[in-house]
Parts: sequence; C-alpha cells; structure tokens
Amino acid sequence: MSSTFDKVAEIIAETCDIPRENIKPESHAINDLEIDSLDFLDVAFAIDKAFGIKLPLEQWTQEVNDGKATTDQYFVLKNLSDRIDELIAAKGA
Amino acid sequence: MRLEYFQMLDRIVALDVAGRAVRSVCSVPRESTVFEGHFPSYPLMPGVLLIECMAQTTGWLASALCGFARMPIMAGVKEGKFRTLVFPGDELEFEGTILHEGSGYSVGECTGRRKGAVVCDAQITFRIMPYPSPDFRQAMLQWAERLQLPVKELVK
Repeated sequence: MSSTFDKVAEIIAETCDIPRENIKPESHAINDLEIDSLDFLDVAFAIDKAFGIKLPLEQWTQEVNDGKATTDQYFVLKNLSDRIDELIAAKGA
Repeated sequence: MRLEYFQMLDRIVALDVAGRAVRSVCSVPRESTVFEGHFPSYPLMPGVLLIECMAQTTGWLASALCGFARMPIMAGVKEGKFRTLVFPGDELEFEGTILHEGSGYSVGECTGRRKGAVVCDAQITFRIMPYPSPDFRQAMLQWAERLQLPVKELVK
C-alpha cells in the first residue's frame, strides 16, 4: 500500500497544488484536502494513467448515493490506495 | 459554421472509432454579429470559439465511442493555445483524439489547422453524462446526421 499511497500523494500534490506534507494516508480527498469533483477528474485521469487501471468512479458514486458505501471507503487515501491495489491485482489475474 | 447557434462544425470528414480519432472541417463565416464586436474594423475569430470547435470535434468522437448512449459535457480545458490569428472566411480543419476513457469522464486532445498550419490546440476533459431527455438525445442524433456522422452504425 505504501508505494501506491506515495504515488497517489504525489499525483494529488502535483495535480491539485497541495503541499505533499499535508497529504496523509488518513486524509479524506474531499473533506480534508478539499479536492472538488473537477479536480478529482484530473486526479483520476493521472491515477488511471499511472497505474494502467480505470477507477470505477461511477460505481463508487452510485454505491455512496445508495447508502451501500461511505465516501471514507473510497476517498480516504489509504483506502483509495487499497482499492487501486485491488484493481491492479484484478487486472493481472 | 453557424456561430450564433454554436454549431461550429460543417462536417465530420473522418471518424475512426477503433483508433479513437476524428477529423472535422468548417468555414469561418465572412459576416457575423460576433465580428461586429470582436473587433470593430478588425474582425477576428475569438479564441474561446476555437476552443468550442475543438470541444465539438472531440465531443462527437466521445459520443460515437459510447454509441450515443450518453453525452459529453466539457468540464476542463488545459494547454489551450492559439498560435495565430483566425479570420472570417478561413477554412479550418480539426483533428481530435480521445486519450483516455475513464469512468464517467473522457480526456481528449484536438488540433486546429488552416491550410495545414496549426492555429490552435488543447486538451479537453469531458464528463460523460446521461442525456437530460429522450428528445434531447434525438436532437443530438439529428445534429450528428447533419454533420454526416454514420449515426445508424454508431447508435447502441
């Protein structure tokens, strides 16, 4: 997870102009880092490219809207990094 | 090009869905109320309208890629550059591609040319959203047909 988190943090720092030291594994992308939906599209694009995956943002949004998941599950960065690792593993399976 | 209706393109002249590429052409009108203000005695095609040309070119490709099941809405423009002046009467050609199809968004890039020389380029991000109504989708399909997109082959 740590290397994935480090890469995600670098992407967020660069894409959203947030100091790297402010980006922690427990940071919530929306609530803590105040990344808005448009900036998150840029983050998602950079993550998709960097890891060769496709973050299922629409599925996650639907799950949150339906009350089946919380935003913490997808947007707290350590959890987001875990989801990315799962997507990478699924791609290689 | 019908500036006042924001119908920027005259025709899609090439569409390669597998290669994620599109090419469009348009003629900048010789007269338009736009040029009365931009600028008096020195009419110039506004750069923001060149952005719209690039967005529509790449947007039609994004529509084709999803079989017109959903519509692209411009959400961001990066690296928009206007490399020379564009005047009334100029014949323009735009080449666009989709760099990435994400979940609910696409990122494309487009280049505009006049007589082969680059006049503008940009990277454009689209949100890919449901059509607001079936009637709206139908209107978009009719617009696509007017641009000579092979709508019947593309629609899912």
